[in-house]
Amino acid sequence: MADLRSNFVGIKSPNPFWLASAPPTDKEYNVVRAFKAGWGGVVWKTLGEDPHIVNVNGPRYGAIHSGDRRLLGLNNIELITDRPLQTNLDEIKRVKRDWPDRAMVVSLMVPCEEPNWAAILKRVEETDCDGVELNFGCPHGMSERGMGSAVGQVPEYIEMVARWCKAHTRMPVIVKLTPNITDVRKPARAARKGGADAVSLINTINSIMSVNLDSFAPEPTIDGKGTHGGYCGPAVKPIALSMVSEIARDAETKGMPISGIGGITTWRDALEFILLGAGTAQVCTAAMTYGFKIVEEMTSGLENWMDERGFQHLDELVGKAVPNVTDWQYLNLNYIAKAQIDQDKCIQCGRCYAACEDTSHQAISNAPKNGKRHFEVIDAECVACNLCVEVCPVEQCITMVQMTKGTDPRTGKKIDPKYANWTTHPNNPAAKVAAE
Amino acid sequence: MGHPDITGRRLGKDAYAKNFSDLHPPLSAHEALVESDRCYFCYDAPCQQACPTSIDIPLFIRQISAGNAKGAAETIFEQNILGGMCARVCPTETLCEEVCVREKAEGKPVKIGLLQRYATDTLMRANAQPFQRAPATGKKVAVVGAGPAGLACAHRLALHGHDVTIFEARKKPGGLNEYGIAAYKTVDGFAQEEVDFVLGIGGIDIEHGKALGKQIKLETLRKDYDAVFLGMGLQGVNALNTRHEESAGVEDAVDYIAELRQAKDLGKLPVGRQVLVIGGGMTAIDIAVQSKLLGAEDVTILYRRGADQMKASDFEQDLAQTKGVKIKHWVMPKKVIVKDGKAVGLECEYTEEKKGKLTGTGETFKLSADMIFKAIGQTFVADPMQDAIVLDGGRIKVDASRRTNLADVWAGGDCAAGGQDLTVAAVDDGRRAAEAIHLHLSA
Repeated sequence: MADLRSNFVGIKSPNPFWLASAPPTDKEYNVVRAFKAGWGGVVWKTLGEDPHIVNVNGPRYGAIHSGDRRLLGLNNIELITDRPLQTNLDEIKRVKRDWPDRAMVVSLMVPCEEPNWAAILKRVEETDCDGVELNFGCPHGMSERGMGSAVGQVPEYIEMVARWCKAHTRMPVIVKLTPNITDVRKPARAARKGGADAVSLINTINSIMSVNLDSFAPEPTIDGKGTHGGYCGPAVKPIALSMVSEIARDAETKGMPISGIGGITTWRDALEFILLGAGTAQVCTAAMTYGFKIVEEMTSGLENWMDERGFQHLDELVGKAVPNVTDWQYLNLNYIAKAQIDQDKCIQCGRCYAACEDTSHQAISNAPKNGKRHFEVIDAECVACNLCVEVCPVEQCITMVQMTKGTDPRTGKKIDPKYANWTTHPNNPAAKVAAE
Repeated sequence: MGHPDITGRRLGKDAYAKNFSDLHPPLSAHEALVESDRCYFCYDAPCQQACPTSIDIPLFIRQISAGNAKGAAETIFEQNILGGMCARVCPTETLCEEVCVREKAEGKPVKIGLLQRYATDTLMRANAQPFQRAPATGKKVAVVGAGPAGLACAHRLALHGHDVTIFEARKKPGGLNEYGIAAYKTVDGFAQEEVDFVLGIGGIDIEHGKALGKQIKLETLRKDYDAVFLGMGLQGVNALNTRHEESAGVEDAVDYIAELRQAKDLGKLPVGRQVLVIGGGMTAIDIAVQSKLLGAEDVTILYRRGADQMKASDFEQDLAQTKGVKIKHWVMPKKVIVKDGKAVGLECEYTEEKKGKLTGTGETFKLSADMIFKAIGQTFVADPMQDAIVLDGGRIKVDASRRTNLADVWAGGDCAAGGQDLTVAAVDDGRRAAEAIHLHLSA
């Protein structure tokens, strides 16, 4: 049986599935329910200074749905905890005492002054929690007050606060990064320079979910007005994966532990983050959509997959896909593939044809065969763009098949088995080609 | 009314295979993915509450959806080791699927039964054993009957490290799964495949040809074993109490179905041209539909009350009528019409309900028939117990843990009182009893 136990910067948990700092981890009641359901750890909802902040008394969430009302993306304008600091600290201490084997990380956000950070760290340490996460990510509300993403968008601030925190606590320090920046490597490098033990990402993305066509106001709407909120859920996963991989393969941050966050809904999503370098997987929207029980699917799925593939420990998987993330210029331009339609699986909807004919390379024919609708790939036109695969409603009906020998009917060129990329391509003015 | 026309080979060779193929063909991987995506992962889900074995249905469907069919099967087998058969034979339309919230929303429940089959088939095809036995306890338990209740009980006991001997009267294990269920619900020898899967855990022996009260005695079992589980089902059938019901051509539906299930060549099975079935439960539907599929020309079910009171579900009634079976309500048999000692028809009387009581109207009619099937229920035969066991309404009285009046004897399945006469309920009985026996033996 695969061993799902995780040791992340010295923080141990029975599995790598943590609940992210968010409404589900706001109080003892929820966190105890989460631990009973099987979650490996939590990052307690962000604590701030007293007097505690207040939240709006109207809608705090907005969402986008698929046609069948699957929740694809969620945004929120809720701020950090709106309960007194001591109430939270007492509960954290109690929960950690009762659930010693679970990871208890506490998220923090106070003004950018050293005494403020020193003071809260001292109080948090007394809870015997396992570590702290610095919330430099929230894009709404708190950023207007110079906190949250307002800090996360300035690498110098990140480095400075991380350094203060490391100086004032023995606990591991995780810096939570905002995606609302241009290059995520900069804040990650700053966190490392400041001495942070790890980074976690991504926090939520600036967003307006929709506009109400009757009131002409953005959603969620509070008394006729709306504001941008933090976007999360399945829809943000690709953005998060990319940012995680950038940090995992950056020369300056390589090897720095990462806690992956962003749209993780199933064991597969979590594993993808792990393969790109994450040591733990933080979840929020999936739990908010389906309840804490989803962790059972996650542990069972990951365990079965590891058993089937013969992996024993998570360490064998962390970062396993990172060496395969590269720059575009290093992709093999001699690799040739063609789309192939499995006629047995094809339901003749014609979506591949519409996509290819209207918007791509006219590489799919639409000619009836024996009086029936029939769609076929034209190899001489197919550039293997994959669009047909993605619009096909039947999984594995259209696949990309590599050509390993012969001639590419599109270019008339012989298949070259050798690897060659853009850096040496004749069309590249900067090509580093050896003299002929 | 001439001579009875009863013969085999009413159909062409290929027709039998076609007629008795899977009633609900399995889902392909694509169908399973699309269908699993329809599940809302309800909290404290109605489907799970409706399942007699409390399978965590939302979880296993989510596991299918996340590409973990093996994990899904483990979730099912944890609660119901015969989850493969239940996926095929459960009247889901009156259990999990009836209460699915999408039935409420769109009139189209998630196809839970077929998804369960997809998951269990995936794991069983991989020849995987989802469970490992606990270390041997040295305790021995006797199980009477290798039907769903006995098998489920034996499996759970073996899981806990006890050694189990099952005593089975018939040649093959499986009980009604092997001898009773309509052939088109469990094709390709699945019942035996499933028994092999259950026994795969180890620690379970089956002794065939051992019937309680004949080759084995309850007293001896109690002496030789640390605990006993009774799951021998129902051996008797109700009588019509109609004149000439012993005539040739009047048959017990359960016997005929058992013969049909064991037939190597369905074409050789003689069936009447005109068939009458008396009863209103699942067995009546099963025998009527299978007679029709064997080539009977006219098949009529006679039921003494209305459609709403039939024990057969709406789905089963629809199935019968789709297959061309006619259902006559509010009629009861008066007398079998006999010619040369053989049944050639039935005299019936119309019925009505007066103040909750069923009576004949006095108006009668005659139907000609080549075969008449009795499907009016089975009874528990208590003689082998020799008064040692207390009964309740003619079946074995049990408490919530399925314990009988004897401290070391448990019972479940159709032979126990209060049951639902369903495979899935028998499995639940067996599992509950096993847990109670385990607790008892661990004390």
